[in-house]
Amino acid sequence: MNEKTLNTMLEKLKQEFDISDIVEHKPRLTTFTVSKQHAETLIRELRDREAYTHLNFMTCIDYIEDGIFSLVYMLHNYGKKHSLGVHVNISRNGEEVFSIHTLWAQAWTYQRELREMYGIRFTDSPRLDEDFCLEGWDQIPPMRREFDTKKFSHERFGHREGRSSEVPREHMKVQLYPNRGGDEE
Amino acid sequence: MFKKSLNTEDTLENAGLTVEEQQLFSNARPQAYEPYPIKAVEDFANWARANSLWILAFGTGCGAIEMRPLMTARFDANRFGVAGRPTPRQSSVFVIGGYASVKTLKRIVRSYEQMQGPKFVIALGICPVNGGMYFDSYNTVNRFDQYLPVDLYITGCMPRPEVLVAGIMELQKMIKAGKCNGANRYVDNFDWYKANQKKVIKNWDMPDYNW
Repeated sequence: MNEKTLNTMLEKLKQEFDISDIVEHKPRLTTFTVSKQHAETLIRELRDREAYTHLNFMTCIDYIEDGIFSLVYMLHNYGKKHSLGVHVNISRNGEEVFSIHTLWAQAWTYQRELREMYGIRFTDSPRLDEDFCLEGWDQIPPMRREFDTKKFSHERFGHREGRSSEVPREHMKVQLYPNRGGDEE
Repeated sequence: MFKKSLNTEDTLENAGLTVEEQQLFSNARPQAYEPYPIKAVEDFANWARANSLWILAFGTGCGAIEMRPLMTARFDANRFGVAGRPTPRQSSVFVIGGYASVKTLKRIVRSYEQMQGPKFVIALGICPVNGGMYFDSYNTVNRFDQYLPVDLYITGCMPRPEVLVAGIMELQKMIKAGKCNGANRYVDNFDWYKANQKKVIKNWDMPDYNW
């Protein structure tokens, strides 16, 4: 996709929707952030009018410092060989989000996983509360960053004594230069 | 009712099942394997077992990828009487291929208990030993020997098929010497194993022992 077409499209979207933080990562990938109330319409527009017909994936980033989850919808345009990442920031405190399973039928699987791993609820998404990877999970969702996975693992699964960890760089220095006490020079 | 054990004092609770399901599943405890009274007969049986190791075709983790070259032309495990079997009822060796997540562990326990004795467990890779690279994972068990008895460990990440072949030959030696008694350890310490399994598998909706 050439730069001119992309800019024209982004200008057009800017007039209609509340989008910000446009970043061109590489010629075939651009991302931007859109407010939550405009997001569903925008994604529908991209699919129906701008030919971003393929949902590559849908995921979530936990920005615990800012108190937000950033949902990422990665869309792809086969004709122009261009991907567009749509970020939607939502609150971390159990805010309900629109579901896109009506746009892409496979999205309900992603949404089911996001419900399990982050505790995000998607309105009317089918089979949302079924177990996905974790069966009988009784803790807070494990991909939330306040979940201490190492502590949980040691308490629930135990650990074998005698396990040790090395910093690879320091360890290899000692292995490679034993006569110099690990000194590279 | 017809499948219930006659000895009502020493039976399993099957608390994870509904009342209707409890009628369908046995509640008897597992029984230990008793060797033949004549040593020569037992030795002959062990020789036969060691040379017909049938592996359950259940790839429990990433290590299952090593089973393909093991069975095909280059390493050809059929030389050792090793064959893959599609069902636990026909297999005698369970290869734990790498990490075991909690969801898989439930299926592993169920498959292992359905295997007919004498049965042997090979733990492949470092993950069943101490968790390996998944030592701090929320979903992967760290010490596999707490949940099922392991006869032989093959460590590494990933072990090459050569090591697996060496492990199989070692297992054959152990079986011929009559040293592989993992299944009997499971029976003897059944309550301990079962308590450990139930500590991590929270949605226990199967019989306590899967005959």
